Amino acid sequence: MPKVIIKLEHDISTDEIYPGRFMATVLPTETPQFAFFDRTEFNAQLKAKAFPAGSIIVGGENFGCGSSREQACSTLKGHEVAVVAKSISRIFLQNSINLGLQVVICPGIEASEGDELEITADHVVNHTTGKTFEQVKLPAARKGIMDAGGLISYTRARLVAKHT
Amino acid sequence: MGMTVVEKILARAAGQASVKVGDVVEPKVDLAMSHENAALVINQFQEVFQGTGIEPKIWDPSKIAIIFDHRVPAESPKTATNHKKIRDFVKANGITKFHDVRGDVGGICHQILPEYGYVRPGFVVVGTDSHTTSHGALGAFSFGVGATEMASAWSLGIAVNIEVPATIKVVVKGEFPPMVGPKDLILNLIGELTAQGANFKVLEFHGETIRKMSTSGRIAICNMSVEAGATSGIVPGDEETIRYLREEADVTDVITCVTPDADATYVRTVEIDVSALAPQIACPHMVDNVKPIEQVLGTRIQQIVIGSCTNGRLDDLADAAAILRGQKVAEGTRMLVFPASSKIFAQALDKGYIHDFMRAGAVVMNYGCGPCLGVHEGALGDGESALSTTNRNFKGRMGNPTGFVYLCSPVVAAASAITGVITDPRKGA
Repeated sequence: MPKVIIKLEHDISTDEIYPGRFMATVLPTETPQFAFFDRTEFNAQLKAKAFPAGSIIVGGENFGCGSSREQACSTLKGHEVAVVAKSISRIFLQNSINLGLQVVICPGIEASEGDELEITADHVVNHTTGKTFEQVKLPAARKGIMDAGGLISYTRARLVAKHT
Repeated sequence: MGMTVVEKILARAAGQASVKVGDVVEPKVDLAMSHENAALVINQFQEVFQGTGIEPKIWDPSKIAIIFDHRVPAESPKTATNHKKIRDFVKANGITKFHDVRGDVGGICHQILPEYGYVRPGFVVVGTDSHTTSHGALGAFSFGVGATEMASAWSLGIAVNIEVPATIKVVVKGEFPPMVGPKDLILNLIGELTAQGANFKVLEFHGETIRKMSTSGRIAICNMSVEAGATSGIVPGDEETIRYLREEADVTDVITCVTPDADATYVRTVEIDVSALAPQIACPHMVDNVKPIEQVLGTRIQQIVIGSCTNGRLDDLADAAAILRGQKVAEGTRMLVFPASSKIFAQALDKGYIHDFMRAGAVVMNYGCGPCLGVHEGALGDGESALSTTNRNFKGRMGNPTGFVYLCSPVVAAASAITGVITDPRKGA
């Protein structure tokens, strides 16, 4: 069962997730090393692969606010973590869907570090506390992109269709 | 049923008679802007074509704008190599709206787009920068996207699967008191709405105060609309929009303004009277932590910053220079000025503002994002505080997670540079 590896406050900006001073690094293969760089201990744990794939970052309101830098998503995607937050800022949400980073909007989420969470189709179940919380559905407009596994493959399919 | 400005723009760009909130549309893109992160866009663009047998080709190179501004001149071999890679791509793909590191046509992307008349009322503009909301100042629907979404637009010429956003109507009335202006208005509004109050929504600006406001002021308020989470800010095009494009951007072709229907539907209406507004300060570490200046007077400041896509235009520099003329920047405080474009730098030089700044002890730097995101120059020391006319004060924003960033207007920044503490420009004015 996936565990909560960190519980964050409201308004976590993309400057915190991926500090601006590393923005010259762009490739998804290179960005993971700088995830939450200024949270030194957490960054070190991520880099040491201390958390199994599917581990969960719990955020508060307005997660991913600020800059449109896509590195903020690719850096988390590289560590194969999921994000469950009370609300998510628009561009970060779009970027996550485009890159296939698992994000869940869950306004009522109550969870502490170490809790075991299960993400179902419509809910998030906290198996440690026994409480269940409802998800807000991701924008329906983006379903095609999610089904294609991300915007690259979605665009590729559209492009091929256009040329045939 | 009537439509808002953005609904009208999206209907036109999607080839439909009308659209309503929540509809999924695929508008044709009129302008697609990137800065240094074009390096990532190029990577994603090439990946889209991989294995298809189709030659990677931009749908319309005349609609792509690429402007170097985030780290100019390059601060590292890595950035310089990104610049080089982008430069080669620009040449190979016939992209003409390209602004390299130059002292004549260089500038911050959100200044270059209006300055060169690349944006018109009614356009759909996408940019790989969250402050792409700026171009709503010219009556365009302009919003930030990620690099992969831009690669998709480069490939297909459309913004895929856009959900028509709801619109908040902001009606502004009253005349600004002396030393209070558009920056104070938008900071105040962000404080009211909160940092996510307009998430997934558009802010459409109306009222006598907006009608009388210069395009420069409108850029400042649309620029910072994203700090309330807005997809876009927009001022419906009017006489001032046409004046700006004709006189300042040398546009000669037909300009058609798009205005909302009288019976358009808004999710909310916010009314603001600016006639009693005080200078506003956004305090660390959130842009919606906004206070009237009285509550933070006397806060010690080590670094004053005037510039950026928010407040680095000629009127901003003029206002600040008028306060600093014949004065000195306080000891223990450093002041950095970075005009938003080379053109503005040259104009400020002609008008003597650059001399005013330098004689006062300020360091005048080239255009660029510079200190705003702390990647290049103007980083804060441990525990230091900055007072800045830029747009963000998140933890770590100015290059140091132990630093503090306060946001303000150019006149507050200038008055505070003289004293070294947050100072009310209305006193002694």
